Amino acid sequence: MPDNKTLRDMHYQLVRIRLFEETIQKVYFEGKTPAFDIAAGTVPGEMHLAAGQEPVAVGVAAHLRPSDAVTATHRPHHIALAHGMDMKRLAAEIFGKETGLGHGKGGHMHLFDPATNFGCSGIIAEGMPTAVGHALAFRKQGKDDIAVSFFGEGAANQGAFHESLNLAAVWQLGVVFVCEDNAWAISVPKDKATAIANNSDRAAAYGIPGVLVPDNDPVAIYEAAGEAVSRARRGGGPSLIEVKTDRLFGHFEGDAQAYRTPEELALLQERDAIRAFERRLIESADLTAKDAQDAWDRARTEVDDAIDFARSSPYPEPSAALQHVFA
Amino acid sequence: MVIETKRLLTTSKAISEGIAQEMERDPNVFVMGEDIGTYGGIFGATEGLLAKFGPERVMDTPISETAFIGAAVGAAISGMRPIAELMFVDFFGVCMDQIYNHMAKIHYESGGNVKVPVVVTTAIGGGYGDGAQHSQTLYGTFAHLPGMKIVVPSTPYDAKGLMISAIRDDNPVVYMFHKGIMGLGWMTPNPRATGHVPEEPYTIPIGKADVKREGRDLTIVTISLMVHRALDAAEELAKEGIEAEVLDLRSLVPLDREAIVASVQKTHRLLVVDEDYHSFGMSGEVITTVIEGAFDHLDAPPVRLTYPDVPIPYSRPLEQFCLPSSDKIAAAARQLMGR
Repeated sequence: MPDNKTLRDMHYQLVRIRLFEETIQKVYFEGKTPAFDIAAGTVPGEMHLAAGQEPVAVGVAAHLRPSDAVTATHRPHHIALAHGMDMKRLAAEIFGKETGLGHGKGGHMHLFDPATNFGCSGIIAEGMPTAVGHALAFRKQGKDDIAVSFFGEGAANQGAFHESLNLAAVWQLGVVFVCEDNAWAISVPKDKATAIANNSDRAAAYGIPGVLVPDNDPVAIYEAAGEAVSRARRGGGPSLIEVKTDRLFGHFEGDAQAYRTPEELALLQERDAIRAFERRLIESADLTAKDAQDAWDRARTEVDDAIDFARSSPYPEPSAALQHVFA
Repeated sequence: MVIETKRLLTTSKAISEGIAQEMERDPNVFVMGEDIGTYGGIFGATEGLLAKFGPERVMDTPISETAFIGAAVGAAISGMRPIAELMFVDFFGVCMDQIYNHMAKIHYESGGNVKVPVVVTTAIGGGYGDGAQHSQTLYGTFAHLPGMKIVVPSTPYDAKGLMISAIRDDNPVVYMFHKGIMGLGWMTPNPRATGHVPEEPYTIPIGKADVKREGRDLTIVTISLMVHRALDAAEELAKEGIEAEVLDLRSLVPLDREAIVASVQKTHRLLVVDEDYHSFGMSGEVITTVIEGAFDHLDAPPVRLTYPDVPIPYSRPLEQFCLPSSDKIAAAARQLMGR
């Protein structure tokens, strides 16, 4: 069980990430109403937000240090923030500004941060092989840093998932593979796409531990991740964790989600993991109601500052598009 | 009095209608891909097909491109005519072996004994801030590899006729639709993405370019969304007394070299407009075709307006700097005309 300080830190992380995602959602629709045009507005392109999936990122990242490598997906903000990415530079990258992590070249699916050894990919499952490589490098360098690869349940049907698990297992590398099962690969439900109910069972095929976290509970995720991370750190090889989590928003912003029932969407809001966690902390006296409200207020300021920074930052010079192809 | 009204469709509806008509005609035709059933395809190319034909013929797949595109190859060899959608062409990296080492080569390796009538449909193109992994065109990459026909339509009319031809073709066809030509409600409005489409099935031969606008002063050779941009530029240029001919290649494999040469023999000037990367691609191939076939007819060195050799940047000013536009096309045309 995490100690009181850890619980309070996790609560704040969850809150700030949720507010960040909700705020980016609002910003994203600036200039896109009444007629939605994906190319228009403050932030163009696809926008995949992670509201509902914060507990997975926060429960795992509580065990990590900045030098641990993390690879994420097309839905990366919660993982990036939980691992310590600077919120201002993240926001600025989403706005396509010069002050962004990649000077506007990457965008929200392509965030790279040497300070937190973070990377992500817009191609399903393709962050997994690089996580194996990070762990390989750490072993060659004699470090006890580890690599964590986050991916969705849809990714577990890609070749890269199976190849990465096998390679990490056969070389006994310090990788923790974390499957965020939000039950939907865009519009395709997991039971129509995956031959077994739980991807954690697939760990058996590679001779590594597989753990299922059956609900979206930050503490349960923290416990499962703690074991996997310490195993990886002491040279005990890779693990696979699957968390049943929730995607509260559409696959991308603007997704009408006709494939989901109103009942399902209402249920997800009702069982919002952050509010449930907060209630529990108050009941157990780990947090007062005032502490909780203070956290939301503090996070509001932090997020607003990050958005202001992004908004007021300059765009890159157009011709900068030609730089950085080669080192 | 008889009032004749033309039936107007968006390109995405023209494509799904073409597929539906072929599915009605031939029970061997079926469709596979991610989100092509309930969702109707992320870019609407399979809209309505699930309701009409059911899940046995309109199959949502796991995110397993190697498996389902490879399955399309196998099913085609065993007598079916599959259509497999690769959601974004940028995703080809995870399944290219099935495409270029299997789909494209088996007919040749078999000495002509095994046919592989697969249609791979895929979305191409950027301009809407989707970054380096969701915005490429890449038709030049596919066209470089022998054994696949490469179809890249620009209009609703062409899209339907070329889709029906692609399905009936006994060869593998990669059918690449630009997101900006589909007439989607959530993309920047494009009046040229809606047009007349006859209801009855019809074919357009794969490998025949089409003069989308006649002109005497220069030839603009292009493809896909850049046809629209070139037509916009040609309208501007006409106001200045420059008459540009716009030649829409419609397919890269086969490439209609005769049409390119014939147009340049008429206009004596060539501008190639290409949303694909600058080097080793379509623009170089078209210019070479003209050097080989119409060198003595050229009044000026050929000019190309292309995507620079950089990954697609996300930030709007960076992406717009890289993309050919109607203004840039008009400027290049004026320069070519010595204006």
